[in-house]
Amino acid sequence: MNFLSLFVLLPLLMILTLFMTSNRKQVLGTMVAGSTLLVILSAFLAYRYMAARSDGATDPMLFTASLSWFEPLHIRYAVGVDGVSVVMLCLTSLIVFTGTFVSWKMAPLTKEFFLWYCLLATGVFGFFISTDLFTLFLFYETALIPMYLLIGVWGTGRKEYAAMKLTLMLMGSSMILLVGILGIYFSSGATSMNITDLVHISIPLEQQYLFFTLTFFGFGVLGALFPFHTWSPDGHASAPTAVSMLHAGVLMKLGGYGSFRVAITLMPEAAEKLSPIFLVLTAIGVVYGALAAIRQTDLKYINAYSSVSHCNLVLFAILMLTQTALTGAVLQMLSHGLITALFFALIGMIYSRSHTRLITDMGGLMKIMPFLGVGFVVAGLSNIGVPGFSGFVAEMTIFVGAFENDDLFRRILTVAAVTSIVIGAVYILRTIGKFLYGPLQNPEHGKLDDARWYERLAVITLVAAIIYLGSFPTGISAMINDSFSSMLQVAR
Amino acid sequence: MEYTLLILLFPLTSFIVLGLFSNRLSHKAAGIIGTGALLAMTLLSFYAAWDYFTTPKAEGFYQTLIPFNTPWLHMGSHLHIDMGILLDPISVMMLVVISTVSLMVHIYSLGYMKGEKGFQRYYGFLSLFTFSMMGLVLSTNIFQMYIFWELVGVSSYLLIGFYYTRPEAVAASKKAFIVTRFADMFFLIGILVLSYYTQTFDFGTLMSGNETIFQHALSTRFLGASALVWAMALIFIGGAGKSALFPLHIWLPDAMEGPTPVSALIHAATMVVAGVYLVARLFPIYVAFTPEVLEGIAWVGAFTSMFAAVIAIVQTDIKRVLAFSTISQIGFMMVALGVSKLEGHEGLGYMASLFHLFTHAMFKALLFLGAGSIIHAVHSNEMERMGGLRTYMPVTHLTFLVACLSIAGIPPFSGFFSKDEILAAIYGYHTGLGIWMTVAAGFTAFYIFRLYFSIFWGKQTQYAHTPHESPRSMTFPLIFLAIPTLLGGFIPFGHFVTANRSVYTIHPDWPIMFISVLVSLTAIFIARKMYQYAGTKTGEASSGLKGFQKAAYHRFYVDEVYLFITKKILFNGIARAFAWFDHHVVDGSINGLASVTDWVSIKIRGFQSGEIQWYAYIFLFGTLLITALFLFM
Repeated sequence: MNFLSLFVLLPLLMILTLFMTSNRKQVLGTMVAGSTLLVILSAFLAYRYMAARSDGATDPMLFTASLSWFEPLHIRYAVGVDGVSVVMLCLTSLIVFTGTFVSWKMAPLTKEFFLWYCLLATGVFGFFISTDLFTLFLFYETALIPMYLLIGVWGTGRKEYAAMKLTLMLMGSSMILLVGILGIYFSSGATSMNITDLVHISIPLEQQYLFFTLTFFGFGVLGALFPFHTWSPDGHASAPTAVSMLHAGVLMKLGGYGSFRVAITLMPEAAEKLSPIFLVLTAIGVVYGALAAIRQTDLKYINAYSSVSHCNLVLFAILMLTQTALTGAVLQMLSHGLITALFFALIGMIYSRSHTRLITDMGGLMKIMPFLGVGFVVAGLSNIGVPGFSGFVAEMTIFVGAFENDDLFRRILTVAAVTSIVIGAVYILRTIGKFLYGPLQNPEHGKLDDARWYERLAVITLVAAIIYLGSFPTGISAMINDSFSSMLQVAR
Repeated sequence: MEYTLLILLFPLTSFIVLGLFSNRLSHKAAGIIGTGALLAMTLLSFYAAWDYFTTPKAEGFYQTLIPFNTPWLHMGSHLHIDMGILLDPISVMMLVVISTVSLMVHIYSLGYMKGEKGFQRYYGFLSLFTFSMMGLVLSTNIFQMYIFWELVGVSSYLLIGFYYTRPEAVAASKKAFIVTRFADMFFLIGILVLSYYTQTFDFGTLMSGNETIFQHALSTRFLGASALVWAMALIFIGGAGKSALFPLHIWLPDAMEGPTPVSALIHAATMVVAGVYLVARLFPIYVAFTPEVLEGIAWVGAFTSMFAAVIAIVQTDIKRVLAFSTISQIGFMMVALGVSKLEGHEGLGYMASLFHLFTHAMFKALLFLGAGSIIHAVHSNEMERMGGLRTYMPVTHLTFLVACLSIAGIPPFSGFFSKDEILAAIYGYHTGLGIWMTVAAGFTAFYIFRLYFSIFWGKQTQYAHTPHESPRSMTFPLIFLAIPTLLGGFIPFGHFVTANRSVYTIHPDWPIMFISVLVSLTAIFIARKMYQYAGTKTGEASSGLKGFQKAAYHRFYVDEVYLFITKKILFNGIARAFAWFDHHVVDGSINGLASVTDWVSIKIRGFQSGEIQWYAYIFLFGTLLITALFLFM
């Protein structure tokens, strides 16, 4: 048994343990122990991976294992990681860990909540370790289903509508994705569904066109591809805090991750040819999301539209198809995952105190809750790409990478995407200025308390990760970049 | 000279300590940590300057030293952002300027901000700013400069919005950040273009004098100009934003909402001259490959300096007068750079510009700190609420006067020397431009002495509390800064900083000197006539103004134009349209799809009524139909 499978087994084990728990203390104990183990496991993996690379391991995927599952269709349970999966696994475990603390007071049905939460985590972890198309899709679906219940049962606002919309749109896209995946398998004529084998087989160009579109679109919808992003603001706004964190922080990254792991890597020729169409869409999405965020008054909607903008930037960077831009895309997934999780965590904490998320109903909260206020300012500054925080590193790598394409069309789109750094500043500073600064607007808010220890733990963990990535990006960036050099070599 | 790394580490450490433990430190401890770190940094900077300038020159030229450089982020196979320290005459000069002013502001704030809530936070932000500014001038590559450039912007944002419960301060900080970031966007695009064609961020490679690295950029053309011209023009826009050149100047007057020592440090002496520093840093490229951009810089600078000087004449808020004065003076520096060439006497403008940057930093910081001392005493920014203060505040008065004489260009004060060299350089380039700038210099003398006479002379004013001289922590920096303001002109600047880095001895241009002093003296005389006994009249600004004067008071309505574009067009127009589109069209079509599905399902659900007879009937009918089809086909 390969130790990567622990990433799936551990959450499953947590689910089993949760079944046996009988009170709140045990539930939280299980969650804390389990999610801490996941963080340790991912740190261990990162260490092992880097050690193996520096020892000269040159395979594109390390720690691979493959188990036969349904031989007639060549379906195997196959796992393996490269630098990209490693950082995504680290991100996921961090978000699961902090999400646990954010949900400290989760009620009612605490146990059931965490059951679904762990199932969601299982799907995400499984997705990132899979190298077999079928396993990949299986875990993908596993991650989508719990979402419906988590939003529908524990959500706020128009939760039924949001849950239904989100699930239907994502299910629709995953249906298209399934067609794409099967298409890849059959048109390649391969005897394996393993991505590491499939990259060596070239798929006929006409079929690539069709299946690239299907798979990229299928994954793209989860990555908030414009104009199929509307499930995300409603979904995020209605979801409970930890679910928003996990969803915007990690689940949306499945789209970006999948689209290059499957669509770009397996069908590079079609990607080259068809990228202009999707580039236009994503560039619009980048600017559009940012502009839409300016007009929002609900904190969650502001961050949701900001996420639309940033996730479109991920897809945009992937479609630029240069090694630097792809590295930037992964950095952006990582960075945005942390920042948006921090945002949603803080918004949840503020909402649980003020019982409103409308920035027009709040004002001067900085004085009342300095810790949460400073946390929000840090999140805001990271979001608009201030150096020292992770957003800057990611965005700059993307822009430089995008500029490596020597044609006017991509240049203009890049410049359009660059404008988002100004628009971002507008909506973030507007938000901060409205609800944190200024005189206290609602006298009743004067009695609110600041963050508790479990909330502080979550915020500090995320902030530390954001600052670490933003201040010392050398190693992580190099690790991701190396993965792409081997991947792109194989693709050519 | 590896010890220069400590110059960065001192303020950074101070920031981290103050940031993490701000709640647990007393005001006193915070002040000691912040100021102590700054003192150490200042001593090191002075030592570094001495060390650098006494190191033997190679063949008469100052060398570039890179005591520290480490890769930070790799982007592709060629490009990489490094973090390092670059020492050359201009960066070393900036070290001295920034550390001196910053240290004085730190000491001054001990008195000015005493008992203020958030004192620890204030010192933390000051340290952050100093760190970023030092990082900016010491950058070894253009991307490192951009990084610190952004950090400087953030610390400026945090400091302007220091009084975050005041809506004006919040709005001003937001405006400053967004306007400068808008300019920074062009800077970034410029860097992208430049680095794509030259495949480097490194200043050393860019300035190596090797023309081949620019071949690609010069041969690629876009909309009638070469890629290099585009890149350098875009980079300059970034500098224009930070340096508040027209039309990107609108954030600076509002930035005066921050605490006055902050205005002295950031919005007068250091950060706003970053644009000048940027052009000076890239000067070899500008002058050798894109002279057309350099010419544009000269014209933008010339227009800005006159424009801001005219506005300064009619402002009534003491800090706003100084803010517009800063904009105008930066215009002077830009013109001087714009008209300069590289070698010998033609390189006078470059030297004069940086000389003026140096003297301006000292006297403008002094003016702002003096203004802070006055505001501290009378609790108002409005000139019309002041008058006759010379008897109450002798130290502030005398040091302020020194600074006024210096900015007005009266010999032998420092501003006289630097401004005169600027004028000489401009006359050497274009006589009309020289006259234009001489007039602007005359306006400078007028508005500064209008300010001086209204505050310290003028009408007798009744004060609620009798004003008194500020505490020693505040007067010491005033006296300290008065020394370079008084004597700075005698520094043989040409021996340290020149365009081609060799030693250059300045020859005074007597006719120009005579004319400019005459113009200044006349302006001072008129100001004295108008304001020595009358002061600024109450309501002079609001009611009595006519036409041009009124337009100038309202800063020629540039802010209103911006407000119209951002509020009416961007916020209410475009952003609202996007939000509407998202809600109704994009989302609407998804919901429409759902409704259609719903509708169809309602329509066809009759098929599954559960009535057996109906099913049997359909079954029979279907069987008959199929049978019929088989029979007849």
